[in-house]
Amino acid sequence: MSQAADGSRDLTLTGVTKEYADFTAVKSLDLTVPQGEFFALLGPSGCGKTTTLRMVAGLDTPTTGSITLGDLDITYAKPYQRPVNTVFQNYALFPHLTIFENVAFGLRRKGVKNVAQPVEAMLELVELTSQARKKPTQLSGGQQQRVALARALINQPEVLLLDEPLGALDLKLRRAMQTELKRIQSEVGLTFVHVTHDQEEAMGMADTIAVMNAGVIEQMGSPVELYDNPRTAFVANFLGRSSLMAATVKEVTSEYVKANMHGTVVSIPIERAHVREGSAWVGIRPEKVLIAAAGTPIDAPGNHIEGGIVTDVNYVGVSTEYLVRMPWGQEIGAFAQNTGHQDILPVGSQVDLSWRPEFAFLLDSDEDPNAGKEEQA
Amino acid sequence: MSDVVAPRRRGPSVAAWLLLPGAIWLALFFVVPFYSLVATSLFDPNGSVLSGYEVTWHFANFSDALRDHWRPLVRSLVYAGIATSFCLVLGYLLAYAIAFKAGRWKTLLLVMVIAPFFTSFLVRTLSWKLILADNGWVVDALQAVHVLGPEDRLLATPVAVIAGLTYNFLPFMVLPLYASLEKIDLRLIEAAQDLHANPFVAFFKVTWPLSLPGVAAGTMLTFIPAAGDYINAQLLGSPNERMIGNIIQNLFTTTGDYAAAGALSVILMALILVLIMTWVRKAGAEDLV
Amino acid sequence: MNPVSRVGRWIGDHLVLAGGLLVLVYLLVPNAIVVLMSFNDNSEARNVYAFQSFTLDNWLNPCKPSGLCSALGTSIQISLLATVVATIIGTMVAFALVRHRFTGRKAANVLIFLPMAAPEIVLGSSLLSLFVAVGLGGRLGFWTIFVAHVMFCLSFVVVTVKARLGGLSENLEQAAMDLYANEAQTFWKITFPLVFPGILGAALLSFSLSFDDFIITNLNAGQTVTFPMFVWGSAQRGVPMQVNVVGTLMFVIALAIVIVGEVQSRRRQNTLA
Repeated sequence: MSQAADGSRDLTLTGVTKEYADFTAVKSLDLTVPQGEFFALLGPSGCGKTTTLRMVAGLDTPTTGSITLGDLDITYAKPYQRPVNTVFQNYALFPHLTIFENVAFGLRRKGVKNVAQPVEAMLELVELTSQARKKPTQLSGGQQQRVALARALINQPEVLLLDEPLGALDLKLRRAMQTELKRIQSEVGLTFVHVTHDQEEAMGMADTIAVMNAGVIEQMGSPVELYDNPRTAFVANFLGRSSLMAATVKEVTSEYVKANMHGTVVSIPIERAHVREGSAWVGIRPEKVLIAAAGTPIDAPGNHIEGGIVTDVNYVGVSTEYLVRMPWGQEIGAFAQNTGHQDILPVGSQVDLSWRPEFAFLLDSDEDPNAGKEEQA
Repeated sequence: MSDVVAPRRRGPSVAAWLLLPGAIWLALFFVVPFYSLVATSLFDPNGSVLSGYEVTWHFANFSDALRDHWRPLVRSLVYAGIATSFCLVLGYLLAYAIAFKAGRWKTLLLVMVIAPFFTSFLVRTLSWKLILADNGWVVDALQAVHVLGPEDRLLATPVAVIAGLTYNFLPFMVLPLYASLEKIDLRLIEAAQDLHANPFVAFFKVTWPLSLPGVAAGTMLTFIPAAGDYINAQLLGSPNERMIGNIIQNLFTTTGDYAAAGALSVILMALILVLIMTWVRKAGAEDLV
Repeated sequence: MNPVSRVGRWIGDHLVLAGGLLVLVYLLVPNAIVVLMSFNDNSEARNVYAFQSFTLDNWLNPCKPSGLCSALGTSIQISLLATVVATIIGTMVAFALVRHRFTGRKAANVLIFLPMAAPEIVLGSSLLSLFVAVGLGGRLGFWTIFVAHVMFCLSFVVVTVKARLGGLSENLEQAAMDLYANEAQTFWKITFPLVFPGILGAALLSFSLSFDDFIITNLNAGQTVTFPMFVWGSAQRGVPMQVNVVGTLMFVIALAIVIVGEVQSRRRQNTLA
């Protein structure tokens, strides 16, 4: 990478593979995390994200490949020899040391003489000043999480690794801690690498997300990019929900790819079409699908499909989630915002569906349309 | 680029160094001695400390030892078996009470279970001489309610020896039982009662099966030392209650008949191993090892 | 609730607890007798093991019976030495078994278990066979007892430390390494302090096992006399009441150690709670 030459401290993984006796956890991974970014590794359990994190931390070494921080090769450096710190999944706070000593641990190892001042400042940042003399077991889960964060941050690492740091907290606390983490990251400006299986957590916090599955990165990009323009069925299904419908490419223009979907010709913007010929999957997010009783005009120009029958209605307050059986037998999701100008359609209603062409995406027919559905958190 | 050195793996070498002293100690003073014991059991029975011994593959030592000493051998297994059964009943009651009924007194009661160990085994066993003495209150009370006749005694009877064995090895039963009872999720027992099992059914269908690992460990930890013990038989019994330990001890130290003593030790060990194997397999406590 | 289960509940709550307490009484009566007998004046009837009259004499002159205090001294020396050696090498074995994967690990576990499964009489006679076979038959004494005691304490140390170490998450050590502690610092700052209670427990257990052992010791002692051997020897002629003084003292000291340890660990958990 040329950035390394101009002194930047990007974290770069090149061709990293981790093999165990009976399986390969990470397969030839290439990844660059720009300095100062909040980066999320998102994937189901067993996808290799934690192994990747442990290799960056130095707790595991790659079978092949290299890991560099700027121009510093840290592939085989011991954990204590690299400017990387970790917030462990279950925090791994030292039970025999006070909160103060837990936070001071890294500084003391580095031979810092006066630890009191930085430790107190750090405890203030995470709002735990009053707990300094307590032992970890006397703290609540949220407090322990903040101690783990403080203990890592105080060393001013170049990269902070977070291994499912919010997994042990209940939902409400988790959302609060997300905001907190994001605030701290923008305050201290470190590179954060956050491993999680919770897509909302990743989307809410990260600048860039890499979706991992079975040891490889399926797709990497900003949350909006990943959600709107998934390249694989796994990403389409794991990140939010998608309906994938079989189709055949008919025509490719400079702006659109047109495909025949069970007799209806639908258009997909060229930058979202990842196939140019042959059979393919047309993908659409349920909240992008408009639904109306058969024959009622839908006030949006777009791909229009008739002959659906409502098979399930799930009223969730802000919206109503429909499941519609299409003439070719497939069930497609459609979420209608409860804006008040449409009555709820009962099960059995004849309906038409429609969506704007720019919201659809087109995937290779080799993709497994169910990939990522079961793993979804 | 800094120098990249592939790391040395923390491999068997560290483990080997850690194991080495312990392994050597056990090899020299446990494995080799056992081999030596087997060799001793095959000595020419005519050897003596003065003339020296010779391994003559004299298998007749075994049959001779069995012929001469089968009574104490069987007695040892029977006494140990009875004491173990008593330990199981009493130990289960105590362990159950501590695990489920003691509330905040749990720790205190557990300390009380191990408290007997704080005083020397022999000194405590001697106290039983006092408790069971012919003119002691236990005998007096039993005579008063005519359980014992006016001339009957407890000391120097099998009752005293078995009571002593039960007493001495009871904590070895209580501790593993407690450990496995304590792990039982109380909600399982409640669930059983919720499913219309009365407390007795709930106990035999839920609690007891879940405590089996503790039962297996406890019975082994009680039976093995009890079968090899001779202190209780010596201090609380008469020559009629002598156990195999008394015989082995005497043959080694008094008679100097090493061949017979060795043979008896090997027989005892073999019997115990067979019993453990069958028992462990039956109780499903393989993971004890 | 039907009557059967109500009766069952009552039995469960009261009879079980009462029964358990009775069993405890059975376990503890001899200790009480030992304390009582330490105040017994039996100068009149030496061979009768019964309470005669109260005296403080035994406590004031604990070393009066010849040989008692030297036997006690021998026992303490052997037990201390055996405890130190068994605790160190046993802890090393426990670390190897828990923290390292190597071929033969399973076999090593079984080897550790076997001395605990063998009756003492077998262990003792095996060692005696060996000592005789290598020509040490005439030189049994302090060192042969020491060797035997380390051998049987070793397994108990390994099992005790292993249990403590097994409950210690490797995460903590990894966290320490992540926070710039090298291998040695990680061991001394994290691993050792956290395993220490287990090691201390193992040492106390070793000491009491070693101090109390009679069967193995008796076979390998030669002319050396330990405290249990003194008791055994005097049991034939009439036990001096000072033996009960030693028993009571041991009981009190051990109880004090346990109580202090328990209070300490509670305080540690509740600091400024």
